[in-house]
Amino acid sequence: MDDHDHSHPHPAAADEAPPGYYEIMETAIRELLIEKKLIAPGEIRRQIEVLDSRTPALGAKVVARAWVDPGFRARLLTNGRAACEELGISFYDDTQLIVLENTDKVHNLIVCTLCSCYPRPVLGLPPDWYKARPYRARAVREPRKVLSEFGTEIPEDVEIRVSDSTAIQRYLVLPQRPAGTEDFTEEQLAAMVTRDAMIGVVKVNLEHRIDS
Amino acid sequence: MPIPFPAPGLNVVKALGEEPAFKAGDSVRISVRYPVGHYRVPAYIRGKLATVDAVMEPPAVNNEEEGFGRNAGCKGHYFRVAIPLTALWPGYAGSLLDSLRIEVFETWLERV
Repeated sequence: MDDHDHSHPHPAAADEAPPGYYEIMETAIRELLIEKKLIAPGEIRRQIEVLDSRTPALGAKVVARAWVDPGFRARLLTNGRAACEELGISFYDDTQLIVLENTDKVHNLIVCTLCSCYPRPVLGLPPDWYKARPYRARAVREPRKVLSEFGTEIPEDVEIRVSDSTAIQRYLVLPQRPAGTEDFTEEQLAAMVTRDAMIGVVKVNLEHRIDS
Repeated sequence: MPIPFPAPGLNVVKALGEEPAFKAGDSVRISVRYPVGHYRVPAYIRGKLATVDAVMEPPAVNNEEEGFGRNAGCKGHYFRVAIPLTALWPGYAGSLLDSLRIEVFETWLERV
């Protein structure tokens, strides 16, 4: 225990403004659902735990496995969901997963122009920019310009393939394995794979390697 | 050894809609409709010509019906289709190779 005596004022730890319209509506609906015994209070907390357990580290593990195991890579490209489930990554909804492989000839970029569809079971919550209108509108309209703003330049003879997720399919980009990583372990490879590389806005870069 | 389906000698007639309406390589047009409600076909692709890239298996509930709480017996196929970005956007500045890929439910696709 520390000897912090709370004799000085602290800034508010969270937003203490009065609740807004939708916040009040959410609270009212939640309380009604619990009162009518349609859900239990623990179920919402449990679902938050499910979502919190999903992070880009899971996707990175999938990518690294695909890089070292050709059989897994083939199964992943055939049925993304089944291959992730093989690694113990469960899908808690009815979405399917298409894994899009970047090659010397194709660079994949994913977006949801209608809302914020995202491979949450394997990557967790999407970044704010992914949900914001500028990215959603521009990714399908001028993908090369958007990519260059992320510092990614794709040669003219490489196809940019933008996948717009709208319904039950979700996408995960399988980035190219950088040259010079032949001696890396699967764990070292996974440490290089970032969230943005699995959305397709950057490539996996040897310089961005996180030493473990 | 897996049993072939349908087993030899069985004459099974598939119900309407059980088989996908299109196959990879087919040319299709995305319908131009503006129904009232929540729809999963973005406006920017309506009326555009597309090529079927792949049939999505297994068949799935029509998300647009599901959005209104209706899903009994309305499973159908989604098709992953390709549209060149030059066809979507007049004056598109990038490579001629660049394309959009998107899944569209069969009720929104017309044979060309």
